[in-house]
Amino acid sequence: MLLKNLFNSSKNNKIKFCFLTTDSSTNKNELNIKMYNILLKVRPSVKYLIDKKVFPYIFCQKFNNENIYIIHKKNILFSLFILKNHINFQYKVLSSISGVDFLSTQFDKNFRFAVVYDLLSLKFKNRLRVKVFLNEISTISSSCSVYYNANWWEREIWDMYGIWFDKHPDLRRILTDYGFDGFPLRKDFPLSGYIDVSYSADKRRIISEPLELTQEFRAFTFESQW
Amino acid sequence: MNNNVPLIKNSFKKILKKTESKNHLKNFTINFGPQHPAAHGVLRLILELNGEVVVKADPHIGLLHRGTEKLIEYKTVLQALPYFDRLDYVSMMAQEHTFSLAVEKLANISVSQKVLLIRVLFLEITRILNHLLSVGCHAMDVGAMTPFLWAFEEREKLMEFYERVSGARMHAAYIRPGGLSSDFPVELLSDIKVFSLNFSDRLAEIEEMLTNNRIWKERLIDVGIVSSKQAVDWGFSGVMLRGTGIAWDLRKNMPYDYYQHLNFDVPVGSKGDCYDRYLLRIEEMAQSLRIINQVIDELDNKIYDFSSSKIQNNNSKSSVKYNVMKTYMEDLIDHFRLSTGSIALRAGETYCATEAPKGEFGVYLIGNNTEKPFRCKIKAPGFGHLQSLNDMCKGHMLADVVTIIGTQDIVFGEVDR
Repeated sequence: MLLKNLFNSSKNNKIKFCFLTTDSSTNKNELNIKMYNILLKVRPSVKYLIDKKVFPYIFCQKFNNENIYIIHKKNILFSLFILKNHINFQYKVLSSISGVDFLSTQFDKNFRFAVVYDLLSLKFKNRLRVKVFLNEISTISSSCSVYYNANWWEREIWDMYGIWFDKHPDLRRILTDYGFDGFPLRKDFPLSGYIDVSYSADKRRIISEPLELTQEFRAFTFESQW
Repeated sequence: MNNNVPLIKNSFKKILKKTESKNHLKNFTINFGPQHPAAHGVLRLILELNGEVVVKADPHIGLLHRGTEKLIEYKTVLQALPYFDRLDYVSMMAQEHTFSLAVEKLANISVSQKVLLIRVLFLEITRILNHLLSVGCHAMDVGAMTPFLWAFEEREKLMEFYERVSGARMHAAYIRPGGLSSDFPVELLSDIKVFSLNFSDRLAEIEEMLTNNRIWKERLIDVGIVSSKQAVDWGFSGVMLRGTGIAWDLRKNMPYDYYQHLNFDVPVGSKGDCYDRYLLRIEEMAQSLRIINQVIDELDNKIYDFSSSKIQNNNSKSSVKYNVMKTYMEDLIDHFRLSTGSIALRAGETYCATEAPKGEFGVYLIGNNTEKPFRCKIKAPGFGHLQSLNDMCKGHMLADVVTIIGTQDIVFGEVDR
């Protein structure tokens, strides 16, 4: 459903503006109402209304009362800045940044990776998700200048997915071993990896050799009967 | 040949100039860990010291990286659940619970009230379990041995409760998507009640040893001060955030399970130093005890029908109850279907966060109509806290680094994943 939405919008090459609906089940959610009021002022014909305090997004999804904004990667810094500092948003806390690899389900090579920012507003007790789609070779600008703690989350995504963050202060690998090659959380990276690290009693040091499995790793992917 | 002579002279002058400008004392760099007992596991810190003052701390993590997120993508949700015990291995059930909540959201499962109560009961036991280790180990790092031993004695009792419901002392896999692995034994409630009556005395003893202890105060007060703005900027959560005076507790502010019906207070600090955070942890244990007592009363007073805790998924249901499963054919089929085929996750995504003892533990789960998660990102609170170690340690003495690592309550199972 998620991808189908995206597919339609990219196919027609239109920029959709979906408005947040006020949700009667979550009455406490005053942010929704405020955002709804602001976003009502946007007309799709007008490009981006910065002075009307809106951040530019392609479209909005809603899952289980969680709002997801899909943003073009060139707008990410600006959007995060608005979301963080605007008086009606105040998403001051960056909970986490995650990477996603859509290798098997991608419909377009421009949508291979997603970088997902989970924001939290302490003031309005609300969470919001910002999503950016990337292709295999494109880079994204680092959000360290907006959110200080984006540093390690971005390092982790670089380590796991090989997504390069422009102007990141310290983009080193973080979780994998020193001298590790490859990006392990990509869908085309095998679960058992490529190298086998062990202690060699002869050489009296840690050695890494190409992986040899007595039985090939078996991934059962058949559909469930029910 | 002659032309080269002035060239060499010039370059020589340049080199001289360069060396003059660099003529200052170089900082001393040491390796802290990865096998240092105060590093709480496998933290390798590259510390740059000016005398005994820390100029820069560069944590090298990942020595315990096991690729949990990758492994989960190849497992059904029920197979993936035990990995969550092994992330933060001192607060096991808190993480199972977060994953279960995320799966329940994606698979449209609702659980019965009794399950919610038992979950809350064990979540608070887990919180005490974690804070006991946190305070005990922190005290030991700083030099007080006794509270550590006392805390571990209490921990052993709590882990016995774990064992009695699940069969495992630590890696329980008790809280599962759709409910619990089984009902708990009848006598357990009264035993937890006895524990809670005695535990407040044990807590008072630990506090007596530390709170007014001169050495403990000298080591903790004014060390690792974090202002509330810094805490928000650095993405802190849990005790680290509350220590700075921000009253933010997901149990209160974004209630889940049964927490909105329970009475408890959220203690906040005033100064944001290590001593405040120590006091918070002690107070949180007392509050957890309060919650445990309320839940026990609730469970005691009402009779809950456990048969209502069936997994409702795609218009079919399955009983967890053993004797029902053995008696009725339909239930046997349903049980087989669920235990072999697991739960199907809808296409969709969710970010589910709970107040784990260490802070906000989040699971970002993407489903694609199969039984295996398409992506499961684990937001570990320790990872977020550890990255600010450099800022917190800057300007402190070398010995204070140990205090700050202790106060951050780092466990490498969750930092490295």
